[in-house]
Amino acid sequence: MSNFWDDSLSGFWSAWIIVLTLGSIAFAFWILYANRKTDKVPDADGNVETTGHAADEIEEYDNPLPRWWFQLYVATVIFGLGYLLLYPGLGNFTGLLGWTQEGQWEQEVARAEERFTPIFAQYQEIPIPELARDAEAMQVAERIYQNNCAVCHGANARGGYGFPDLTNDDWLYGGEPEQIMTSLVRGRNGLMPSFQTLGENNIENVTQHVLSLSGLEHDTERAELGASVYASVCAACHAPDGTGNTALGAPNLTNDIWLYQAPGQSVADSVRQTLRNGRNGHMPAQEAYIGEERVHLVAAYVYSLRFRD
Amino acid sequence: MSTALEHPTYNYKVVRQFAIMTVVWGIVGMLLGVILAAQLVWPQLNLDLPWTSFGRLRPLHTNAVIFAFGGSALMATSYYVVQRTCQTRLFSDKLAAFTFWGWQAVILSAVITLPLGYTTTKEYAELEWPINILIAVVWVSYAIVFMMTLKQRKTSHIYVANWFFAAFILTVAVLHIVNNAAIPVTFMYSVSLYSGTIDAMVQWWYGHNAVGFFLTAGFLGMMYYFVPKQAERPIYSYRLSIVHFWALIMIYMWAGPHHLHYTALPDWAQSLGMVMSIILLAPSWGGMINGMMTLSGAWHKLRTDPTLRFLVVALAFYGMSTFEGPMMAVKTVNALSHYTDWTIGHVHAGALGWVAMITIGSMYHLIPRLFGRTEMHSVGLIAVHFWLSTIGTVLYIAAMWVNGILQGLMWRAINPDGTLMYTFMESVEASGPGYIVRLIGGLFWIVGMLIMAYNVFMTIKRSEAATQQPLPQTA
Repeated sequence: MSNFWDDSLSGFWSAWIIVLTLGSIAFAFWILYANRKTDKVPDADGNVETTGHAADEIEEYDNPLPRWWFQLYVATVIFGLGYLLLYPGLGNFTGLLGWTQEGQWEQEVARAEERFTPIFAQYQEIPIPELARDAEAMQVAERIYQNNCAVCHGANARGGYGFPDLTNDDWLYGGEPEQIMTSLVRGRNGLMPSFQTLGENNIENVTQHVLSLSGLEHDTERAELGASVYASVCAACHAPDGTGNTALGAPNLTNDIWLYQAPGQSVADSVRQTLRNGRNGHMPAQEAYIGEERVHLVAAYVYSLRFRD
Repeated sequence: MSTALEHPTYNYKVVRQFAIMTVVWGIVGMLLGVILAAQLVWPQLNLDLPWTSFGRLRPLHTNAVIFAFGGSALMATSYYVVQRTCQTRLFSDKLAAFTFWGWQAVILSAVITLPLGYTTTKEYAELEWPINILIAVVWVSYAIVFMMTLKQRKTSHIYVANWFFAAFILTVAVLHIVNNAAIPVTFMYSVSLYSGTIDAMVQWWYGHNAVGFFLTAGFLGMMYYFVPKQAERPIYSYRLSIVHFWALIMIYMWAGPHHLHYTALPDWAQSLGMVMSIILLAPSWGGMINGMMTLSGAWHKLRTDPTLRFLVVALAFYGMSTFEGPMMAVKTVNALSHYTDWTIGHVHAGALGWVAMITIGSMYHLIPRLFGRTEMHSVGLIAVHFWLSTIGTVLYIAAMWVNGILQGLMWRAINPDGTLMYTFMESVEASGPGYIVRLIGGLFWIVGMLIMAYNVFMTIKRSEAATQQPLPQTA
């Protein structure tokens, strides 16, 4: 880690920064200090006489710098120099406190790990089906879900266009505890290839056949023609009877769930679009983001959705 | 425009043109702001069209208010002030006219290309390379007109307002050219010359100095002329103006890294940005003190002169936001405020409270004089505009403070088990009331600007009627 974050500068650039920084602060202080005094005496109104030049009838007094402002200015310069002594700032000089933002981050993470790991370790011992019935654990799990999963699968876990509903019995990759764990830990890549090469006529026939599988209104003649194409091209993944294959993540085509049916789109149009262009479903692997202990809890949460209202 | 309005010595034509466009672009820019504020309350107002979506209108809003409204105001006032305080005509009428038409062409290009989705993705520098080249040409012409006019001055001394204008013009040229250095790929697409963290650092060196020089130094130049003029009082302290001018332009250059706290920017650069931002407090306040103290002995005028009220309240908002800025640059404060609405509130305390109010005050002084009159058509309407702007600004920034702190606290709140207490959506929902209040503040502003437009229109109309008779030469 320390090498990755190493942003030390060559000696020249380090010196360059130090000289420019201190030079600028010195200039800012000098311009203040050099103008601190006026030997002119205030007039009856308390104003120091004008400079003598007038621009478009605007005259200028030459009043001294307000004392409180002068002191404020000096105070900020002192603060600045003090800060640069304690914290990194002057080139490669790391500051007397040895502070780094990575150090601060590591410290905070270590503190959090120490506090929270026991809580999650205790849950990890419990098998998922049992954990799914633990109301307190599910409260914790729901918070993790809402902050990490809800952005795609929805706050109510009902999914959306292109994002699976987690509350029904239709599982692309299976709904058993181990299968849910695998989906979460490793992620999933669902790939439906494009079948543009079949030609529009065949695509239409297959579409009508797919509609017939779930009992939707269809053109029987075309559906029959599509059946043979389906058997030779689609059945390998979606199974001959269209019930899909959870080992591959190939969806069941016999129910009324259509993952890629856009709002306002007909099922037929959605199927045509899928056949022409293919689909790419991507579930990111969560282990690297939230760690295995929290994944275990989230898996239990997803498992628990089946026995909620 | 009637030739009877022409000043015997000075070029007022280009000043008039920029002054009118200041009002026009002010209305356009702020109307866009109100639309965006409404979209945050009712997202349906995106209309599901790419051209009217928040992401495309937002850069149009910022470009319109900063460069179209602010830029026109700065060019109008700098051309006016440099002529009057140097007692000489602008260096070249033709080049000055080119800066006007060139600048309007830049703005028009922005109005067309930003909604179409052309963007470099650099904040406040979204315009693509062909437009950037036009900006550079116009800006260098502007610099030539201004600096050559200074050179030809009939006075021995260069008045303080012109120091600020000159610093603003020269620095913005450098900032624009360096930050927009890019390799063109197609006619409307280019790739920045810088990569990664260096690109981010160059961008925020530019971005913060756009605030420091465009929105601060330039408008301080405006302040240094119009405040003493309107108050009819001498500037409080010449030596204070020397100290704060040099300190301001020296230190502002360093403050950019505070936009990149807790990022991949090296620690040392972050620290320097923070330290210099804090040292910037006193130099910034120097301008406020010099403006405010100039009013000593003239405070009674505030009762009767709403134009002067605009100028003074602008200074008050300037003082407030230049305190808020260094505070937000402190790493621990920034850790809470960054990425929240607090930043938006801070920007608008400066943009509405300072930039727009000092501009409006200056325009109410300037416009009648440009059209051969001593006063605006209606002083009463200036007072109405003043209250609308002041209340609008307060509503806006208060709403964003509340939202910003609310968001910052909600995002970091955790449960005893270490999980986040709130989801991001919950913080968005909690921001809803603030967005409504902000929208109301924006509506106050746009109504005020429309009143101003009417007042300006009537002032000009009466002036044209008056020029049928011989015109007494004013001021």
